[in-house]
Amino acid sequence: MIELEQVAMSYGGGELLGDISLTLSPGSFHFLTGPSGAGKTTFLKLCYGALVPTAGHVRLFGTDVRDMSRDDVALARRRIGVVHQDVQFLDHLPVADNVALPLIVSGHDRGEEADNLAELLSWVGLSKRAGALPAELSGGERQRAALARAVIMSPEVILADEPTGNIDWEMSQRLLQLLVELNRMGKTIMIATHDMNLIRAAKSQVQARVLRISQRRLQAAGADL
Amino acid sequence: MTLDLTRITDFLAGDVQADRLVPPTGFTARLTVFAAGAMAFLTVFALALSLATGRLADRWSDELARASTLRISAPLDQRAAQTAAALRLLETTPGVASARALTEEEQRALLEPWFGPELPVASLPIPQLIEVIEDETGYDPAGLRLRLAAEVPGAVLDDHTRWRRPLVVAADRLRLLGWVSIVLIGATMAAMITLAAQAALAANAQVIAVLRLVGARDGYIARAFVRRFTLRALGGAAAGTALGMVAVLILPSAQAEAGFLTGLGFQGWHWVWPLVIPPLGAVVAFAATRHAAQRTLRELS
Repeated sequence: MIELEQVAMSYGGGELLGDISLTLSPGSFHFLTGPSGAGKTTFLKLCYGALVPTAGHVRLFGTDVRDMSRDDVALARRRIGVVHQDVQFLDHLPVADNVALPLIVSGHDRGEEADNLAELLSWVGLSKRAGALPAELSGGERQRAALARAVIMSPEVILADEPTGNIDWEMSQRLLQLLVELNRMGKTIMIATHDMNLIRAAKSQVQARVLRISQRRLQAAGADL
Repeated sequence: MTLDLTRITDFLAGDVQADRLVPPTGFTARLTVFAAGAMAFLTVFALALSLATGRLADRWSDELARASTLRISAPLDQRAAQTAAALRLLETTPGVASARALTEEEQRALLEPWFGPELPVASLPIPQLIEVIEDETGYDPAGLRLRLAAEVPGAVLDDHTRWRRPLVVAADRLRLLGWVSIVLIGATMAAMITLAAQAALAANAQVIAVLRLVGARDGYIARAFVRRFTLRALGGAAAGTALGMVAVLILPSAQAEAGFLTGLGFQGWHWVWPLVIPPLGAVVAFAATRHAAQRTLRELS
C-alpha cells in the first residue's frame, strides 16, 4: 500500500533520513520510535505525500509520488487517515463538522452519512461533545476527535503522529484500544510515538513491529521492548 | 471552449457545506464590495462620457460636414440683390441640395448671446448668412469660390472644415480617453480584488492546509474562495452601477445654449450598456481570485 525504497530526505544540505526501505502491507501494525527530532514526523509526511523524497522512491498504492499530480495526492489522502500531532482542526467549526471534514471535501452527502458520523462519535466517546468547538475540548478529546476524522472515510491505512503526546495514561490506553480495534478490522496502522509504555501495552494485544529511527536510518527495534 | 451554463449556475448556487469551511472575513468582504461598487460607479461615468463624446463627434462630422455657410458682406443697399444672386448661383451649382438665406429672426438669435435681445439687425451692416446643404456627392468648394468671386463679389464661403476638424479630433480623443479610463478602472478593480483575495487566502492559510491534509482538491478549495469574491464583486458592482445610472439620470439636462455639452448621459438603447458592468465586474473578480488562489495553492504541499 505504501512502499518506501531507498528513500532519503534532506533539508537545506543536511540529511535527515537516508537509505530507508519499508513496505507497509495490509493489516500490519507498526510503531515508529526514536528520539525527538529524529525525523518521525518527516517519515510520516513522506508516507502521505506531504513531502517528496530527495532521493529514492515513495509509492502510494502503487504510484510513485513524483508521478502524482496534486489532485492524485488529494485522492490518495482520502485512502490514508492521518492523526496529526497538532490535530489540525478548523477552529470555527464544531467537532462534528471537523470529524466529517473528509466527507465534505470529497463531496459526500452529509445527510446520508449522518448515521455513520453519529456512530463514529459515540465510538470515540464524543457524542455529547459533537456541537463543541475544537478549542473547548480537552487534549484527550481532541486526539479522539482527530482519530475519528482520520477513520471516517474508512481508509486503508491510518498514520498517527504522537497520538498520545499530551494526554494522560488512561486516555492513551483508550486511544490505543481504538487503534487496535481498527487493526483487527483489517486496517494498516502506523503509530509514531516515543512512549515505550504504550508500545508495551500494544504488544500484549496485537502483533506489532517496532521500528526505530536512529542515526538517520530505520532499524527494527530490539526484542527487549 | 463551450460555455456550459449549468456549470455557471452551479457555481453561483454554490455548495452550502463548502461555504462553511472558510470562515467569514468581514473586513475584506466589505472592502471588496466597496471597491467593486466604487469602480462600477466610475465606469458608468466613463461610459457616459465615451458615448456622449462619440455622439458629438458623429454629429459634428456628419451633420456639419453637409452644411456650409455663405456670408454676404455688402453695403446695405446691395445686400438683397447680392443675396438673391448668390441663391440663384447656388441653385445651379451641382452638389448643393438646398440653399436658404437666414431670416432676420435667425440672425438675431445667433447674435443674441453676444449683443442681447432686440438688436436691430436690419439697420446694421451685418452680413447676410446663407445656409448651404450639400447632397451626397458634395460640391467643389474651389470652383464655387471662383464663380462667387465673379458674380457675387461680397460673398465669402465658409465650409466649416477649418473649425470643425479640430473639434471632431478633440471629441474623438475624449472618447478614446473615456475607453482608456474604463480599461484602467477594470484593471484597478482586478488589482484590488487580487489583493483582497490574497489577504483572505493568507489569513486562511491554516484552513487551506487542513483542507489539503484531509484530501480536498485544489479546485475545491479555490472554488470556495473564488465564489465568495465573485459574488461580492457582482453585488458591489450592481449597487455601484445602479447609483451611477441614477446619478446620470438626474444630471441637469443640457440646454440649447450649452449645445456642445449635449447630454452627458445615455440615450435610447445606450442605457443597456451600463447593465453590462456588473457581470463584467464579476468576470474580472472571478479571474483575479482564481489566479490568486491557484498561485497560493501551488505553494502548499
